Amino acid sequence: MGKKFVAKTGNETMAEAMRQINPDVVAAYPITPATEIVQIFAQFVADGVVNTEFVATESEHSAMSACIGAAAAGARVMTSTSSQGLALMWEMLYIAAGLRLPIVMPEVNRTLSSPINIHCDHSDTMGARDVGWIQIFSENVQEAYDNLIQAVVIAEEAKLPIMVTTDGFIISHGMESMEMIPDKEVTDFIGEYKPAYSVLDVDNPFTVGAIDFTDYYFEHKRAQIEAMSEAKKIIPQVQQRFGERFGRKYAAIEEYRLSDAEVAILVLGSTAGTAKVVIDELREKGHPVGMLKLRVFRPFPFEEIVRALSSVKVLAVLDRSDGVAGIGGPVFSEVRSAMYELDIRPRIVNYVYGLGGRNIDLALIQSVFTDLEKIAKTGKAEKMVSYLGVRE
Amino acid sequence: MKIKHEAIWRELPIAGLIPEGGTAQEYKTGDWRSRRPIWDKEKCKSCLFCWVYCPDSSVLIQDKKMIGIDYDHCKGCGICSQICPPKIGAISMVDEG
Repeated sequence: MGKKFVAKTGNETMAEAMRQINPDVVAAYPITPATEIVQIFAQFVADGVVNTEFVATESEHSAMSACIGAAAAGARVMTSTSSQGLALMWEMLYIAAGLRLPIVMPEVNRTLSSPINIHCDHSDTMGARDVGWIQIFSENVQEAYDNLIQAVVIAEEAKLPIMVTTDGFIISHGMESMEMIPDKEVTDFIGEYKPAYSVLDVDNPFTVGAIDFTDYYFEHKRAQIEAMSEAKKIIPQVQQRFGERFGRKYAAIEEYRLSDAEVAILVLGSTAGTAKVVIDELREKGHPVGMLKLRVFRPFPFEEIVRALSSVKVLAVLDRSDGVAGIGGPVFSEVRSAMYELDIRPRIVNYVYGLGGRNIDLALIQSVFTDLEKIAKTGKAEKMVSYLGVRE
Repeated sequence: MKIKHEAIWRELPIAGLIPEGGTAQEYKTGDWRSRRPIWDKEKCKSCLFCWVYCPDSSVLIQDKKMIGIDYDHCKGCGICSQICPPKIGAISMVDEG
């Protein structure tokens, strides 16, 4: 079958992927910039294109609660949200993970109030980094689509919930050329869902969500941590099967002109696309620059990161959110911690950028590389954490 | 499947499930009690109000007659002594020692 390309926005693409996945239950509440995903999907439900039971809830807290109930009943379940919506789901996110329910959620990265702002940064997703969900970031519309199809299989094999993120407006509302997989091939790839347990199985009664005190809680948490560790093995297997079948290869990280790079940046999401243009331009002028794109943030692929960056002299981690009270952004803290494994490690600095949707352009990324080359030359970094593109 | 109390984390069912029904009976909640209901067999007319109202199914009956209180599960809430008709007054609450 020949390749068929279509023009779609990120949100349209995620909705189309959901149509192809045809989940048993979708429970959701609208929020900018993720609204369209479920809005378009709701139309599919109304038109009878999918068999999904659609639950329109009164809040995101209720949406995630309904998803948990449906998933515990053995259904294949999806929802979608962004920003404050994700924040309102907070306590239920932990419960979905602890109950090992493979709920799949396209999450559109948007900043958190206050000040109120609807545009892209990674504050929402990074805030949920420790809730026990797998988190995969997408560079563009195609990758977001491919990630969401893979996410169903990853979640169900790992028995863990998963969020696939797209950068708000940049991907969610940006129209790009992308290739959709034929419906039947998606159905074949994701296969039939066999839940780990179902409360509707009346012949085998059990209690789910029982109180768990000092004598068992720690053991149950230890098992959940192990499941996330197992997911590190499952994710590449699913990516490989996807690559063999559909021709697009993915890994937890993507190395871009990194093998011989002396200075490099580490980014997540749509900024990687912009950075590739800068890197190509600088490479043409003979600068040894490269990039590590972090696709899977949870489980954190620290072995791959350490291996890929071991020969870099100076590294800048670009964070699209700030820990506010930590040392720079969350990605910086984790990458820097991972690199401590090495006896000889790169000098690592942090750039917090793009908060509240502040644009990151070619010139700004180029300025980072200029800084890094200066650090490589002098051996001195003026600042550990810089704010890129803020007026100061 | 019975879960052994000393089970290590790898041996436990997924997601903290308890893979059987009716397990509340094995959970002895009697030691939560700070006040204990004392049932007076002579005064009791077996109206069974206390049996209806007890939130922990701790009023024991046999052949439609009250026969005592299940101290393994009674949490000492005192609802039984409140609901027992004043003219009967067959259940009184005393402090646990």
